[in-house]
Amino acid sequence: MNSLTLNRVIDTAFKYVGFLCTLSALGILAIFIINIASEGLSRIDWQFITSLPSRKAEKAGILTAWTGTAWILGLTATISIPLGISAGIYLEEYGKKNRLASIIGVNIANLAGVPSIIYGLLGLEIFGRLFNLGGSLLAGSFTLALLILPIIIVATREALKAVPKTLREASFGLGATKWQTTWHQVLPAGAGGILTGIILALSRVVGETAPLIVIGALAYVPFVPSSPMDEFTVMPMQIFNWISRPQHEFLVNGAAAIIILLLITFIMNGIAIYLRNKWQKKINW
Amino acid sequence: MKIIEAIDVNAYYGDNHALTNINIEIKENTVTALIGPSGCGKSTFLRMLNRMNDYIEGFRNEGTLLIEGKDIYKKKVKLEDLRQHVGMVFQKPNPFPKSIYENVAYGLRIRGVKNEKEVEERVEKSLKKAVLWGEVKDSLDKSAYSLSGGQQQRLCIARTLAVKPSIILMDEPASALDPLSTAKIEELIAELREQYTIVIVTHNMHQASRVSDRTAFFYLGNLIEYGKTSDIFTNPKIKQTENYISGRFG
Repeated sequence: MNSLTLNRVIDTAFKYVGFLCTLSALGILAIFIINIASEGLSRIDWQFITSLPSRKAEKAGILTAWTGTAWILGLTATISIPLGISAGIYLEEYGKKNRLASIIGVNIANLAGVPSIIYGLLGLEIFGRLFNLGGSLLAGSFTLALLILPIIIVATREALKAVPKTLREASFGLGATKWQTTWHQVLPAGAGGILTGIILALSRVVGETAPLIVIGALAYVPFVPSSPMDEFTVMPMQIFNWISRPQHEFLVNGAAAIIILLLITFIMNGIAIYLRNKWQKKINW
Repeated sequence: MKIIEAIDVNAYYGDNHALTNINIEIKENTVTALIGPSGCGKSTFLRMLNRMNDYIEGFRNEGTLLIEGKDIYKKKVKLEDLRQHVGMVFQKPNPFPKSIYENVAYGLRIRGVKNEKEVEERVEKSLKKAVLWGEVKDSLDKSAYSLSGGQQQRLCIARTLAVKPSIILMDEPASALDPLSTAKIEELIAELREQYTIVIVTHNMHQASRVSDRTAFFYLGNLIEYGKTSDIFTNPKIKQTENYISGRFG
């Protein structure tokens, strides 16, 4: 067999191996989704969404869980977005590009990879105990804000880095200050990338459980939180609580809640993709 | 009257000595062409005139650079005022990703011009001066990117004119354009010289001889020869200038 035929064989072989790999990955995902859907889909109704948790599976609902998740999402976004974008702008546009800056940059990128439970321990110590916030929504949001801050900073930096230098030069050349240039030209041009990063970070918040367990979020909360100082539960914790029970009815509840959680993250990712495409179309260099 | 004066100007990028003891005087309402092979320092010198090199890591300079008698590298100089005074047109057309109208209005808005009627008048006047008004007056709301390359470059010139500079720096403004658009830019330069002092960097020898009153030849960071364009091109005093202009290197 000469090398040309051999290469062709390798080529064809890889095509099928690659196809099989893709298929098995998708297959596992499909089995998972079908399994969950067959268990839980029939359980989802208005009552399920609007009911408090209960010892009786058929009466129990996810009202406290999704309102808790909504609170956490809102508070975390309010804390982390301004901080993250500002830090990203500073590092990319204002800060000097020296050794210290590159050390900081590498460390921020590394922070994005730290296991989330470590953030939970940090949050417990600082927000829970030192600031005396206990197991409140505020303590949880601060902790999750810390967790996604590196992601937002990195996304902002990457988005701003992609804005052509000629755009900044054009603005400076007309006598604009650095802030005017950043605000009127660079930020709008990078907004698509920044928004995408933010939404992906927030969809991580929706699914995050470990740090919230550490700071003391409760698995059973019989009321809807009404202020940032209230105790709370979130969707993944409610799911974990139900699934760890022996009765099959609670398992069904868990499956139904998983479907809703998946729906939330799919929608958020969808919005991220939509925004990215929209911005790309609006600005073509 | 001289409007730009460089006295023993040196420039460095890190360890690279980019300009060596440049002395030059540029008169008001003239077109001065800076020519020379790539890396000769002509663009560095041009970008020093509105301190655009400030953003390059490791750039530093020595000597005195006077514009209308004022040292522009003094600490108290406000960059915003300097650049309003010394406008710049870049090598590649770089309009903002906004409408044609907003591109021209931007320089006014950042300087706090609130009166929309005044903005409108200045936009129209600037577009007329840049000989673009006729082509865009019905599509001012359209994206600047819908224009052709040559139109975009004239839009960039209009944008610069709108903030009323007295000096316009042009960094190879036609190098990315087709011959017809280039001709239009050159016509425009000829018209603008009545009111503005223009300094233009160009690779194109013919362009330099067509548009400029005076020409400065840079080589390896030195100003080799500076004089009337007609003299430089027909009767250069220095051998290097002659070799470059006749195309023996470049």
